[in-house]
Amino acid sequence: MDTVCSINNLARCLVEGGFSPDLANLLTLLGGVVLVATIPLVTVIFLIWIERKVAARVQDRLGPNRVGPVGLLQTVADALKMLTKEDITPTGADKFIYNLAPVIAFATVILMWAVVPFTPLHIGADVGIGVLYFMAVASIGTVKIMVAGWSSNNKYALLGAFRTIAQLLSYEVPLVLSLLIPVMLAGTMSLQGITEAQGGMWYLFIAPVAAFLFYVANLAETGRAPFDLLEAESEIIAGYNIEYSGFKWGMFMASEFLHAFTAALFFAIIFMGGWWGPFVQEVPLLGALYLVGKTAIVYVFGLVLRATVPRVRIDQLMALNWKFLVPLAIANVLVIAFLIQVLKALGLMPVPGADIIAHLPMTVVMLLGNLVIIAVAMQVLRNQGREEKMAQEARMAARQQRVVKEVRTPAGAPVGD
Amino acid sequence: MLEFNASTVAFVVMTLFILGGALGVVTTRNLIHATLYLILSLFGVAGYFVLLSAPFLAAVQVLVYIGAIAILIVFAVMLTRSMTRMSEILNGQWLLSAIVGAGLFLLLVIGVILPTWGNGGLLDATVSAPSQVVIDTVDLGKALVDRNGFVLPFEVASLLLTAAMIGAIVIARDDTE
Repeated sequence: MDTVCSINNLARCLVEGGFSPDLANLLTLLGGVVLVATIPLVTVIFLIWIERKVAARVQDRLGPNRVGPVGLLQTVADALKMLTKEDITPTGADKFIYNLAPVIAFATVILMWAVVPFTPLHIGADVGIGVLYFMAVASIGTVKIMVAGWSSNNKYALLGAFRTIAQLLSYEVPLVLSLLIPVMLAGTMSLQGITEAQGGMWYLFIAPVAAFLFYVANLAETGRAPFDLLEAESEIIAGYNIEYSGFKWGMFMASEFLHAFTAALFFAIIFMGGWWGPFVQEVPLLGALYLVGKTAIVYVFGLVLRATVPRVRIDQLMALNWKFLVPLAIANVLVIAFLIQVLKALGLMPVPGADIIAHLPMTVVMLLGNLVIIAVAMQVLRNQGREEKMAQEARMAARQQRVVKEVRTPAGAPVGD
Repeated sequence: MLEFNASTVAFVVMTLFILGGALGVVTTRNLIHATLYLILSLFGVAGYFVLLSAPFLAAVQVLVYIGAIAILIVFAVMLTRSMTRMSEILNGQWLLSAIVGAGLFLLLVIGVILPTWGNGGLLDATVSAPSQVVIDTVDLGKALVDRNGFVLPFEVASLLLTAAMIGAIVIARDDTE
């Protein structure tokens, strides 16, 4: 044995130490799982802090600033407080499921991190179906909400869960359709492959419409404003997690924050080149830094958005999805697929690994295609807005007439001759 | 015959998930519990796909089946009167269904065992090695749209689904408008 045992050759070390190869592999895998799952758990502490800080700045406040330097330890204090709170299980609740729901909530989010390519070399599992895996795990998330809402034995929780299910299932459609674009461009569903394919140009510039759709659908999937109907404090108190208290509630909250961050992370990977950046080929570990930086930009943008815009109504939410986002996503898929074939026929499609100059013609064509989609979408929106305005004006005029008529013929007076 | 390694353990666990979950679905008196047992069972099937090196099918299994469980729960809540204490037996032909189910299972077992372990079966002649051909998602996609592949069944299936969707819209639509 000439090398020192480290995490890189752990499996070989264990085999040489007398373990069977299978067991050694299993132990190494378990170690990797613990490592990858710990990163999000630590991250969430800072996510809550930055969320409160950004919200405070938007509202012209300071935010947490007492516990630790610039309030960094505020979340730790809050978590400790949460642990000491009474853990209430409502009467008539389905105990086992009631306790299971927060666990599912957290597990589904952490599972997504398994396929995240942190650097060119470091990835939990480079499965060939990374994008689909992301969708599949996200779809389990709907189950947690239904289970939590139902098992609480509370009307508000159940109502909140119902409308949340409607929201999450609807927005899965544009989410999947927008993910088709990067998959078509990269020719693979592996997240590592999609990242590598963006060496010349980010997909954000090649397919801005898809990026927009992905971002909006993810806002709805993670329940962030303006789509935070999961937790509409002013309408149904708290929604599906109304009965939860103490640590279980904390798990729901933490999983929600983490889900939003994970969505930003996937946006950075799929549309902003993931770990790509200067010198990343020489020093692969730099990639993790770039990835975190890009994710932070996307995440903080979402925080500012959350602190700025009001919540939409459920019918507006549904109308936006089915009447605007889904048709837009379908049109986008058709146009991009057509453009890719045209580019291939013209020989303008850059070879894998080409630099930014080689990507320019393709990017320009794709951008033009996207601009056409945006222009058409805007025109449709404008026409819809005009029609709605005219309908409203007609309604107003009709009401005005009715009021005038009622004034002329007061109540009780015989109508007509 | 069976080697003891990690995938054997996983196979046994997944089998327990599938069978246990399926048993739970049909025996529990609580509809919500039944749907959750169904998740367990379907998850086991997804695990089988992973063990068979078909991660695409595994992900689709989770996405399509487990993702739709929430809808199933919504239907259970909306369409039944008492979900938690089913006292009456709603299916009057449960004995017939049990017999048919058992018969089909027996047929399946025979169908699997005879060609493999029976006289002149696969294992009788030579110990067949696992197939070395790696089929990935690209192959699957090509097979679905290839002229010599499955393009006709694929298109027919999608047409059927579209028809079902249009039918559902027509039924659900308000006639008064």
